Amino acid sequence: MRIELEKRAGLSPMFSILSPLLALVLTLIFGAIMFWLMGKSPVGALHSFFIEPLLDVWSLHELAIKAAPLILIGAGLSICYRSNNWNIGAEGQFTIGAITGSIIPVMYPDWHSPLILPLMLTFGLLGGAAYAAIPALLKTRFNTNEILTSLMLVYIAQLYLDWLMRGPWRDPQGYNFPQTKAFQIEAVLPELLGSGRAHWGIVFALVAAVALWFMMRFLLKGFEVAVLGQSERAGRFAGFSARRMVWFSMLLSGGLAGLAGISEVSGSIGHLQPAISPGYGFTAIIVAFLGRLNPLGVIASGFVLALTYLGGEAAQLSIGISEKISRVFQGLLLFFVLSCDTLIHYRIRLMLSAAGTREAKG
Amino acid sequence: MFEAILLTVITAATPLVVAALGELVTERSGVLNLGVEGMMIMGAVSAFAAAQLTGSPYIGVLAGIAGGAIFSLLFAFLTLTLVANQVATGLALTILGLGLSGQLGEAFVGKPGIKLQPIVFPVLSDIPFLGRVLFSQDLIFYLSIVLVIGINWFLFRSRTGLKMRAIGDNHASAHALGINVIRTRYLAVMFGGACAGLAGAQLSLVYTPQWVENMAAGRGWIALALVVFASWRPWRLLAGGYLFGAVTIGQLHAQAFGIGVPSQLLSALPYAATIVVLVIISHNRRTTLINTPASLGKPFVPDR
Repeated sequence: MRIELEKRAGLSPMFSILSPLLALVLTLIFGAIMFWLMGKSPVGALHSFFIEPLLDVWSLHELAIKAAPLILIGAGLSICYRSNNWNIGAEGQFTIGAITGSIIPVMYPDWHSPLILPLMLTFGLLGGAAYAAIPALLKTRFNTNEILTSLMLVYIAQLYLDWLMRGPWRDPQGYNFPQTKAFQIEAVLPELLGSGRAHWGIVFALVAAVALWFMMRFLLKGFEVAVLGQSERAGRFAGFSARRMVWFSMLLSGGLAGLAGISEVSGSIGHLQPAISPGYGFTAIIVAFLGRLNPLGVIASGFVLALTYLGGEAAQLSIGISEKISRVFQGLLLFFVLSCDTLIHYRIRLMLSAAGTREAKG
Repeated sequence: MFEAILLTVITAATPLVVAALGELVTERSGVLNLGVEGMMIMGAVSAFAAAQLTGSPYIGVLAGIAGGAIFSLLFAFLTLTLVANQVATGLALTILGLGLSGQLGEAFVGKPGIKLQPIVFPVLSDIPFLGRVLFSQDLIFYLSIVLVIGINWFLFRSRTGLKMRAIGDNHASAHALGINVIRTRYLAVMFGGACAGLAGAQLSLVYTPQWVENMAAGRGWIALALVVFASWRPWRLLAGGYLFGAVTIGQLHAQAFGIGVPSQLLSALPYAATIVVLVIISHNRRTTLINTPASLGKPFVPDR
């Protein structure tokens, strides 16, 4: 048997919408098989993984907390990838944003002013953008592959944070724990509703995603992103600069990742510590693709991926499966998304024999 | 002293060289597989598990190779048969590999490993200095040298290698000449996977004989950078691998000496060195263009 692809005349509108859903269903089926192989009841496991976290108010808040950085980073990455620039170092920009955003509460813990939060968020945004400027500069100036440089910078950012926590920024009264003092109350991102922990991060995420969707849909800049992403040559004829697009897309995605970093630290942790992210920057890559690189789609997929994190924690408690299984789910999901995307561009034919080819042609 | 350092440099360099050699072949056929880190970690966990279950590190090595190769098939199916985006699929392979290996390896965390013992060549190893360094190493080191020589011969002296390079430079023309592009690429991707798996086996059976989650620690990505550094040539790759091995070991020794530099700064050195090297290599746009396989990363759908 052979698989043959036949290019569609245009994109299939049906599969453009169906393919992410199909990928989700396939992931669930695969997950069920996996649970069954592990000797757990597939239905029960999937229930505690994907349904239980949605059943009480407390965990809906947790869902929003986890979705916020994923959507914020994923929305930025979706623009970046659309423009054919491959920033995969969002985890590093997230880390640096968390550090630069924390400068004020760490250095001036006795300052009390309503200005603190806006300044922190701005610093976080700028820090993330500045860190993403490194691969952008290297790409535009020295033609260096941004995939590898942005990824290497992740390790460097994490080591830098680790050094800060064990060295200069360590709380002297912290019983030798490698973390800073708890932020003063003015430096903590407030809770959104009285009913739970969810903070303003999710609002930033939704606003950013909708704004980016608006840009892609209605502004010239969005058209520029799409054209340069599909063909740099065509973009040049239209007078767009690929070089400037590298800067735009990297700074945008880096800035949003930095904002996500400081929001997470200020809103849900309350101090800085060596481990601030369960891989949000990498999971956001999956979010961007599951959202079909569309900022509105990213909102939906951000919640789905946030659910895999929560489900992992829930499943560990209720049925004793390691939470590592959520990484497996995330990886599987990305695989299925990418394979289902083929359906949008191609018709797939299964050829049973060589003779089948001739028949299909005639 | 110098001999001891050289021995550790070799141990640190071997996984980089082996994984990068596999990726070199894959990229020469025009496929960019960013999943080296994922295949490496799958190789590491397969090797460790098989060695534990059978008690034989050699079966572990085989399992590492098989683990990497089978895992790479996922990538091959998506990018070659379904023509999915190679960059995204490679990332997916890494993410899935890290997750899956963590899950599979859970039972093996903290178990004492089984070390792959050196094979000592009787007479040769008595040569002063060189003998100990070159002829009393483990199997994977010898394999890495054989691979460099073999791949160099294959790519530049054999007919199949020529065909493979033709595919990598222009898959449409190669297809028109009657070369089976997809099949060759499947094999090239699987070879890359097998090498990454072997490199992973080296990590969990030689370098630090135990299973630690995420133990590849970015080596897969450094291997990818090495391929660019080596401008897709095996001998340069060997040199580059040893350069990186030396940086890694150098910073470890500096940490041990406790010179007045924070350990985190030293640990960051291999990653920073990768960036510096990439900049130096790629700043000349023209030589980069000449060396890079021209079809690298481009999708191919055969027309009939």
